[in-house]
Amino acid sequence: MTTKRAVDITVKVNGKEHFAAVEPRLLLVHFIREHLALTGTHIGCDTTNCGACTVLLDGRAVKSCTLFTVQADGRELRTIEGVGNSSALHPLQEGFKEKHGLQCGFCTPGMIMSACALLEKKPHPTEEDIRWGISGNLCRCTGYQNIVKAVQYAAEKMSASASQA
Amino acid sequence: MIPKAFDYCRPKTLPEAISLLQQHGDAAKILSGGESLIPMMKMRLAQPEYLIDINQISGLEYIKEEDGYLKIGALTREADLEASDLIRSKYPLILDTAFSIADPQVRNLATVGGNLAHGDPANDHPATMLALNAEVVATGPNGERSIPIKEFFVSLFTTALQPNEILTEIRIPAPPAKSGGAYFKLERKVGDFATVGVAAQVAVDAKGVCQQAGIGLTNAGGTPIKAEKAEEFLRGKPLDDGNISQAASLAADDAHPSSDLRGPAEYKISMVRELTKRALTKAVNRASQER
Repeated sequence: MTTKRAVDITVKVNGKEHFAAVEPRLLLVHFIREHLALTGTHIGCDTTNCGACTVLLDGRAVKSCTLFTVQADGRELRTIEGVGNSSALHPLQEGFKEKHGLQCGFCTPGMIMSACALLEKKPHPTEEDIRWGISGNLCRCTGYQNIVKAVQYAAEKMSASASQA
Repeated sequence: MIPKAFDYCRPKTLPEAISLLQQHGDAAKILSGGESLIPMMKMRLAQPEYLIDINQISGLEYIKEEDGYLKIGALTREADLEASDLIRSKYPLILDTAFSIADPQVRNLATVGGNLAHGDPANDHPATMLALNAEVVATGPNGERSIPIKEFFVSLFTTALQPNEILTEIRIPAPPAKSGGAYFKLERKVGDFATVGVAAQVAVDAKGVCQQAGIGLTNAGGTPIKAEKAEEFLRGKPLDDGNISQAASLAADDAHPSSDLRGPAEYKISMVRELTKRALTKAVNRASQER
């Protein structure tokens, strides 16, 4: 067998449907970055360790370097581009800015996606919950202290606005 | 890292998946969570011609008690074990194990079936299932057969599964009253494979005498190891510190790790001894809290 069949897929990314014919071996992170040009999702280690490529698949945080694009067929993805934008920051993005949760910023999109998934499950996390929630994400600059504070900031802000609503 | 090109199949039913396996034989691999297989494919340690994705087959994700067994569907994700009330309340050994596997993102995809079928002695569920005397259900062209976990791990990355069989369920005999278990894993950081790990499960009577003992070792040899001499030694004895210590030494005798970047073999053997002590002690505590 010399030619490998491309597979037609439909995937909803940040609320928008995309149709594509992809090679089965195309990793999800390459599809996101190269086909959809959403380069906020980073490739760090490429070995399922660092979490820079974390996206939400049907609401669950996954490492997009360890998933084939075909596996996302018919499913829903959320990337950092779907979290907020420069004119309307998500509370997590605001928290990272306010609490100095980043230095070089390389791990930040993955950190925010993991934190997003955590806050959806646990809107009032303890510090231990937060450290547990980001345990699959590596940061080589901050020592995590300010990342934890950033997530705490977001949790407080989100629960304050939820109780006002 | 880019895997070698392959053809992708996504059967909707188990018979369809099995017939694909029959058709493609050794050229095919089953894709479950993919968290072990995809890294191996990226490093080209695995180069299947066909990938059979079983994730669309319904009815393989469940955790339930039935006919005197805890039954876990092969596609059950590690994250679902963590979230299960049944596992949280009655199966502390399985809960400990699920928590110790990789990291949250990996656990959202990784499956219990895949963790066993991969046949990697560094994976965590094998030791746990050895301690729990589980059975593995394999489904093939002639239907189901049940394989005792002790006979399941043949050699490194090789299990008793035939090329045309799929692991579909894990069955764990319901533990008697006053049972408890614990898993201890020595790891350098979150997400690392175990330097070594020890799973222990015990059942005690009203006087604290051991009725059943199960001990499994992670990454302590070419296959997952059932520390049977230690298990046998404990049966019928009070689970006091002296007997636990003796059992830990017997478990360490069964460990045959190799020296590697996680440490020299003699260090790992010492760690098996220590972790067996800790796992048994915690298992006994948990068992005596049970009514």
